[in-house]
Amino acid sequence: MLMKILKYNLKEQTNAAPLAIFRLFFGLMMFASIVRFWANGWIEKLYLVPEFHFSYLGFSWIKPIGNYTYLLFIICGVSALFVAIGYKYRIAIGIFFLSFLYIELMDKTTYLNHYYFISIVTFLLLFLPANAYFSVDAFLRKKQYQQVPKWTIDSLKLMLFIIYLSAGFVKLNSDWLFRAMPLKIWLPSKYDLPIIGENLMQQNWFHFAMSWSGMLYDLTIPFLLLYKRTRFVAFLFVVFFHVFTRVLFPIGMFPFIMIVSALIFFDATLHNKMIDFLRKYVLKSKRVLLSTPNFYFSKVKRKVVLAIFSVFFIVQILFPWRSLCYPGELFWTEEGYRFSWRVMLMEKAGSTNFKIVNLATGRSFSVNNTDFLTAFQEKQMSYQPDFILEYAHFLGDHFTKQGHKNVGVFADSYVALNGRLSTRFVDEKVDLYQQKASFSHKKWILPFQSEIKIKGI
Amino acid sequence: MFRKFILLFVAAIAINACSSSEEMSPIITDSFDRSALLENIADNIMIPAYEDFSVEMSALKSQGEVFTTTPNQMNLEALRVSWFAAYKSWQYIEMFDIGKAEDLQFKFYMNIYPVTVSDIEGNIASESYDLNSVNNQDAQGFPALDYLLYGLADTDAAILDKYVTAENKESYKNYIGAVLEQMNTLTTTVVSDFKAQRNSFVISIENTATSNINKLINDYIYYYEKGLRANKFGIPSGVFSDTPLPEKVEGRYNSTVSKELALTAVMAVQNLFEGKHYKASTTGVSLKSYLIKLDRTDIATSTTSQFNIATAQIETLADSFATQIDTDNIAMTKAYDELQIAVRLLKLDMLQAFNISVDYQDADGD
Repeated sequence: MLMKILKYNLKEQTNAAPLAIFRLFFGLMMFASIVRFWANGWIEKLYLVPEFHFSYLGFSWIKPIGNYTYLLFIICGVSALFVAIGYKYRIAIGIFFLSFLYIELMDKTTYLNHYYFISIVTFLLLFLPANAYFSVDAFLRKKQYQQVPKWTIDSLKLMLFIIYLSAGFVKLNSDWLFRAMPLKIWLPSKYDLPIIGENLMQQNWFHFAMSWSGMLYDLTIPFLLLYKRTRFVAFLFVVFFHVFTRVLFPIGMFPFIMIVSALIFFDATLHNKMIDFLRKYVLKSKRVLLSTPNFYFSKVKRKVVLAIFSVFFIVQILFPWRSLCYPGELFWTEEGYRFSWRVMLMEKAGSTNFKIVNLATGRSFSVNNTDFLTAFQEKQMSYQPDFILEYAHFLGDHFTKQGHKNVGVFADSYVALNGRLSTRFVDEKVDLYQQKASFSHKKWILPFQSEIKIKGI
Repeated sequence: MFRKFILLFVAAIAINACSSSEEMSPIITDSFDRSALLENIADNIMIPAYEDFSVEMSALKSQGEVFTTTPNQMNLEALRVSWFAAYKSWQYIEMFDIGKAEDLQFKFYMNIYPVTVSDIEGNIASESYDLNSVNNQDAQGFPALDYLLYGLADTDAAILDKYVTAENKESYKNYIGAVLEQMNTLTTTVVSDFKAQRNSFVISIENTATSNINKLINDYIYYYEKGLRANKFGIPSGVFSDTPLPEKVEGRYNSTVSKELALTAVMAVQNLFEGKHYKASTTGVSLKSYLIKLDRTDIATSTTSQFNIATAQIETLADSFATQIDTDNIAMTKAYDELQIAVRLLKLDMLQAFNISVDYQDADGD
């Protein structure tokens, strides 16, 4: 294996069809996601209704832009369509990347791992010659490339590898494997599913079987997809797994995006068949484009892209493990929890209320969270420390501006994790208004006190 | 590569072995019958409470007619007694914000306090008002009667003057009549509708945001947090403001009933949690037994004991919360704190155990 990697030939060329199909499906899925998001009324509900937005550290300057937010979604959706058909591809993917990133950075309340997945795949696509073959661009320049450098397609495979393996490794913890948490909470509540709801979903062994097979799935599926002999069966697994999770959980478009992404592992015969099919029955075109055998990057461009990719992948491999740099229980403090493929890994909920104290007189009053936050924001804020801190500062500023003097902000916060009884989460004696937001360890989070510890990665 | 497959093979067999050995142990099925839970709540708690309230409400209305026909001290007192009986009975049903009660905003027409006195007096003076208007929600219901029966003047004699000798005495009497008519009509509609819907109510048990079981539980917790904890205790004791606001207690003009109303409300909440039949000692299938079924006896017992602790703390308070707040507000906020602990147990621990779909959660998860 190691030898193979060392011997990796960056000059090798391969058929361009898988990349073209990936571009087509990815663009269509993104377009569908944007339409669905709009149709569900989520633009208004998640971005326009709230008066306060939770920002990623350093990105507080990115906020929804009133009714122009709709325009932003239009731009994002249209650019996704342009990506799909491969028209003005480089500009389209650039605009899609920026608009999508902007949308995601507007409010971290809506953070989902699959939005992060889309962002980083789009980043890769910025550099890949995904319009070389079977694209409007190729049609217009009357020239399409049969072959592209093999590493361009392999970079997408590598990304999927990192995601699946990281997602698998983080499941190696005692809550997931030996308490079947959080599936033990989630699955029985699906009692209203037809046929399996009242029996299978309620079985203890089934919760364990699902936990373990989920872990094994993540750890093995990239390998099974990579090797030709297991590929087809592996793909069936991919379809089954993602469809099944779609039935069980409200995870939107993500399963379909993952299913389509897994097609990148197949060899070009399949993709060429798909393209032939599309040509014949959808485009009904008989025009044969002049084909140039090979697409090459210019020497400089290739060097630059490869350098960027090297750094990017090293970061991608290491970033999910930054949580190891923090003391305390990761599931409790969530320091380094996001952007690390910890997908549906825990059931956590909180109840967090704030007291505004006049530090000079000691007089205080409590804040009604619904005055400032939507129900969804309150739910997310209640158990995530960085949200709690940001909101505490917002409250401190708000009440100072209202004329209150010597404002201190204290949290009365309780959190329940994976079926443990709730315990106090934030040190009630710490004035959060005096705590600075940073990436260093938050000392005001009380240590995880449950007797049922979480061991593992 | 071959080694990897061997490894996978071994792992697969191991899991298979694990799961088949599990199969040997008795199969735990979720035999918790959610319909039985709703049946118990509908048949033994809601309907009896609704029926009882209907009776109290029509008695109140009749007493109102007696009083407005012959306004004297004796009839005033009889009306007050009837008012309090109905108000207490109301505490058992405010939490059921479902069906027609939700559609008609039943609780907003029955128990918004404090009332806006200027609205009431304005209505009486103008003699033209629409009690169905949202703007008049704070000028009717039990709190409006509280004002009309206790708050019009300092002495009973002066209050009676408003109905006996005042120039616009007819307007006052008419207003009492209108308020009672509105309350009684709403009650009749809500109660008869719920009884008619009973059979479809008890089968709506899916885990969705709109199923009756989820709505009932969400509304129950919302009522406990807002209607009970905040309105009866938090707001008047100044938890949410710079200074205490004793004028915001429930039944402020009567001024001796706030404790008894609150105790009744806490008992009603606890009874629903424990599935205790209305005004009986029998218990049936309940949220508590659901928790126990899910192997969360810890939450079940903590919640019951927390309700008991909160009740004990409330018992120590003065009959009039306004007086309590003026003399020793710390005891009052202590009661609030004890109630708050139960909010956490219900909203955080219980809801997590049930993994109930909540209405705001229609955004994607991952």
